Amino acid sequence: MLSLDSINLLYVLASILFILGLKKLSRPDSARKGNLISAIGMLVAIVAALLTMEILNPQWILVGLGIGTVVGVLAAFRVKMTSMPELVALFNGFGGIASLLVGWAEFTGVHETAEKLSLVPLIALVCAVLIGAVTFTGSLVAWCKLAGIVGGKPFLFPGQKIVNSLLLVGMIGAGCWIVLTAISSSGFYFSSSEALYLLIGLSLVFGVMVVVSIGGADMPVVISLLNSYSGIAACAAGFIISNNVLIVSGALVGASGIILTSTMCKAMNRSLSNVLFSGFGSGTKSSRSKELTGEIKSISSEDAFLILEAAQNVIFVPGYGMAVAQAQHAVKELSDLLEKNGAEVNFAIHPVAGRMPGHMNVLLAEANVSYEQLREMDDINPVIENADVAVVIGANDVVNPAAIEDEGSPIYGMPVINVNKARTCFVLKRSMNAGFAGIDNPLFFKGNTRMLFGDAKETISSLVTEFKS
Amino acid sequence: MEAILLVFILVLSIFLGFELISKVPATLHTPLMSGSNAISGITVVGALLTTIAATNSSDSEMKIILGVLAVAFATTNVVGGYLVTDRMLRMFKKKEPRK
Repeated sequence: MLSLDSINLLYVLASILFILGLKKLSRPDSARKGNLISAIGMLVAIVAALLTMEILNPQWILVGLGIGTVVGVLAAFRVKMTSMPELVALFNGFGGIASLLVGWAEFTGVHETAEKLSLVPLIALVCAVLIGAVTFTGSLVAWCKLAGIVGGKPFLFPGQKIVNSLLLVGMIGAGCWIVLTAISSSGFYFSSSEALYLLIGLSLVFGVMVVVSIGGADMPVVISLLNSYSGIAACAAGFIISNNVLIVSGALVGASGIILTSTMCKAMNRSLSNVLFSGFGSGTKSSRSKELTGEIKSISSEDAFLILEAAQNVIFVPGYGMAVAQAQHAVKELSDLLEKNGAEVNFAIHPVAGRMPGHMNVLLAEANVSYEQLREMDDINPVIENADVAVVIGANDVVNPAAIEDEGSPIYGMPVINVNKARTCFVLKRSMNAGFAGIDNPLFFKGNTRMLFGDAKETISSLVTEFKS
Repeated sequence: MEAILLVFILVLSIFLGFELISKVPATLHTPLMSGSNAISGITVVGALLTTIAATNSSDSEMKIILGVLAVAFATTNVVGGYLVTDRMLRMFKKKEPRK
């Protein structure tokens, strides 16, 4: 066994590796190395934990580590790239429940041995349990919504805000109950596990309630926020057992999650509270100020090919539909053929396209599209007039001109990719149904828009066949 | 005093976290989220320490079960999180120079 000082030195080393890893993760060329460095940091921290004291019954530890490793490896290798967002949501939930269980286990230990626990660890215990539980059920609901197990529409009922507020009051009450009974008794020991069960139960329900009322289109923001919560929960767990490395890395994750969340909210021109509480996309509030009129012009893939063949500058605008149809490889093939044909091809990525921030980038990267071809919205919008064709693949809300033109639209003010400014705009879509957010899209009625109905992958593949023949 | 020291560490780490992440291209948002999600599995250290302490002393089965579950969940988060992130990042490549 190592001395306490050597253990702490190992924790310092782990923290340094986490910090370096995160730093490298934020640059494309060093990102993979960064992830590896951070993984080594994790290994160092785990080894340090295992060397802290003598392990008399290693079988228990091995069972836990073994199950986790097997499940983690299988899940990570089996998942399809298109279902990446839900897997990250699920893993995140696991991190949350682990913090909850650590808090719970510490509580049972203290409760039974009437050991003394001072105020700070006590409050941290309440926080770890509360935040861990909310992260767990919240992530599970997000996972269900993303995996299509439940519908993406927000679930709203009258009096929801009151119910949620009551739950929150109940959780804080139960937390105070735990802390106060511990303090008021002769020493700092627990007398009521009922309070803890109440806290766990209410927090689990609260996690469900908060996320079910958020529409599927807002899940990227939710996952990012929940990711931040799981960091905060780990941080709280660190305060229970006075462990530096938990506090440092939990805080790093918590802070970085909040930054990512706010970046995404800014991209949608909405505040975080609007995302969390407005029940966006429920379809009940979207009073339409303008009736959509005009004609929808559909086009066959043969005619679309002729236009694409003549195009010198093509921009692809992918959305969640591309992920669903798994069309990324076909899209890459088409883009190669277009380049061979002498056209300049770019991909315009809206910051909240897909179901996770950067979701589209991952899919296109999977299909070997160079990341230099992936252009951000602010880069592409000023030059979009030069494009001969903008091809919208399964994107809807992020190209909706109502965000600019229609003050009555619920997404008014959200920055969008102005595909209707391109000379021609193809929209690949399965049907005329409204998008995930349930908002009508006037883009489909514009004069230069041509609709290509059908499965995105089949449509693109038929275009590829046309090019080859 | 120890509590104050820990809070001190907490505050500095939060500021560090903000600084580290503030300038990240959108391309890397997903890997970054998934990578930092793996780091949040650090709670595995807490789970291990709790479980080892519980199995060493004559603590109740309840604490041991809770601890082992915590280790299993946190390990899944860590192992799965890093592997998935690596799988994603492996795909990010620069285009090979055109011939």
